[in-house]
Amino acid sequence: MKTKIAIEKLSYFYGDHQVLKEIDLNIEANATLAVIGPAASGKTTLLHAINRLNDELDDARMQGRIVLDDTDTKTLEPTQLRKRIGMIFANPVVLPGSIYFNLAYGPRVWGIRNRRKLSDLVEWSLRRAILWDEVQDRLSDPVSSLSGGQQQRLCIARTLANEPEVILMDEPCSGLDPISTAKIEEAMRELKKDYTIVIVTNNTKQAARTGDRVAFFLGGELIEYGSPEQVFTAPKDRRTDDYIRGRFG
Amino acid sequence: MRIEPRAEQRIMRVALAGLAALTIAVLFFIIGFILKNGLPHVNLAFLIGTPERMGKEGGILPMIVGTFYLVLVAVAIATPLGVGSAIFLHEYAKEGWLVRVVRFGIDCLAGIPSIIFGLFGFVLFVITLGFGWSILSGGLTLAFMILPTIIRTSEEAIKAVPGAYRQVSKSLGAGKWQTIQRVVLPNAFPGILTGIILGIGRSVGETACVIFTAGSSLQMPASVFAPTRSMAVHFYILAREGISMEKAFATAAVLILLILAINLSAYYFMHRFIARLR
Repeated sequence: MKTKIAIEKLSYFYGDHQVLKEIDLNIEANATLAVIGPAASGKTTLLHAINRLNDELDDARMQGRIVLDDTDTKTLEPTQLRKRIGMIFANPVVLPGSIYFNLAYGPRVWGIRNRRKLSDLVEWSLRRAILWDEVQDRLSDPVSSLSGGQQQRLCIARTLANEPEVILMDEPCSGLDPISTAKIEEAMRELKKDYTIVIVTNNTKQAARTGDRVAFFLGGELIEYGSPEQVFTAPKDRRTDDYIRGRFG
Repeated sequence: MRIEPRAEQRIMRVALAGLAALTIAVLFFIIGFILKNGLPHVNLAFLIGTPERMGKEGGILPMIVGTFYLVLVAVAIATPLGVGSAIFLHEYAKEGWLVRVVRFGIDCLAGIPSIIFGLFGFVLFVITLGFGWSILSGGLTLAFMILPTIIRTSEEAIKAVPGAYRQVSKSLGAGKWQTIQRVVLPNAFPGILTGIILGIGRSVGETACVIFTAGSSLQMPASVFAPTRSMAVHFYILAREGISMEKAFATAAVLILLILAINLSAYYFMHRFIARLR
């Protein structure tokens, strides 16, 4: 399998506090990597390191390399990098305004003015996020009229409209009911054909359902990496076993 | 002695409602008093006429126009300066001693009596820069006076925009300025507008700093370099010099109605804007 993102000896600090410890990890292209681990294990920081979302924080410091398609991400313009690597947050954050406004936000930032092209992008991304049928006749309605699950799919569509290559998801279903969660996972199964997905989740069952590869983090260290079958049925490390059996976390 | 709890609730409720009612009553009393004494002397000829015999007779059109120009100049200068400073303070500047000193300075500026602003404007704009008694000098001085209000309210409004919006915008590849322009400012707009309205309210009613810098000419101002007399100054001179109490009250009534109209229309537009955003 082709590697989309190669993480080499990645350490991450907030001030004196080390959050990630020398992580080596290859993220395969057109597959879903599920990152599991208890709270404060460095999962979210991993995502923020990949798309450099913490760049402007004063006390955040990174060591090691993250390579996207043979390019060190440090050499890329942060805005360019974030266009290529989209991000879905734990709480669906919709921008005040219409559904259309939210979806066209990224493309407009990137200079697309043509109305025709914008509408095409909006429809295309809504279809891919399995939201089109529910909102197609009310694109100019305020986003607050959508349910929580719809808002999260809107956030996914908004990221897709930006035409990224990688999608990072930070516990995207943590506040959602099972039906909404199922819809998002359905969308994810379709999306990985064209995108590389990294999903951070607290839910080991979700990791098993969606991941082609699973990485287990504990205390800022990568403890185990492998296929879901291997990690969940025959973990090599005792701590992985304890975690997935629910002994802690 | 122990008061029965339900009686205590009732007593406090009535007492607090009374205090609130008293505040409103004072406001209505002042407005009512001015309007009762002033409105009978307000008519169309007063509104569109020019003053004669030092204002003892005639109307106040030049003062209405002069007030309008003064406020326009003040707001046109103070808004970009104030909103720009607020954006810098909250979005760009790193929280440190320098920012704290700037903030402290802004608060001090807000506490300076308006007559000191007047004196400052007189020395700087009227004398040193040679603008003379003019709408420009008056407007610039007023702009400095309302600047702290606009900076502070704008900063609060910008601060109130959730950080998550900025993060989402950033995660979609927007640069800092793009995020400010497309997400922060539109969402902070109602709050920023409130600051501008407060600024308009203060400058419309300002006397001390205008009399020093814009003069007290009775002529219709021909340009921003011409001196003028604002409605508040006109009212002050009419009453102080004992020229005409009737005309003084009439001017005050028009001034109060004008301020009321500004506030109401601003709130109307603000609500429409918020409704469109939701």
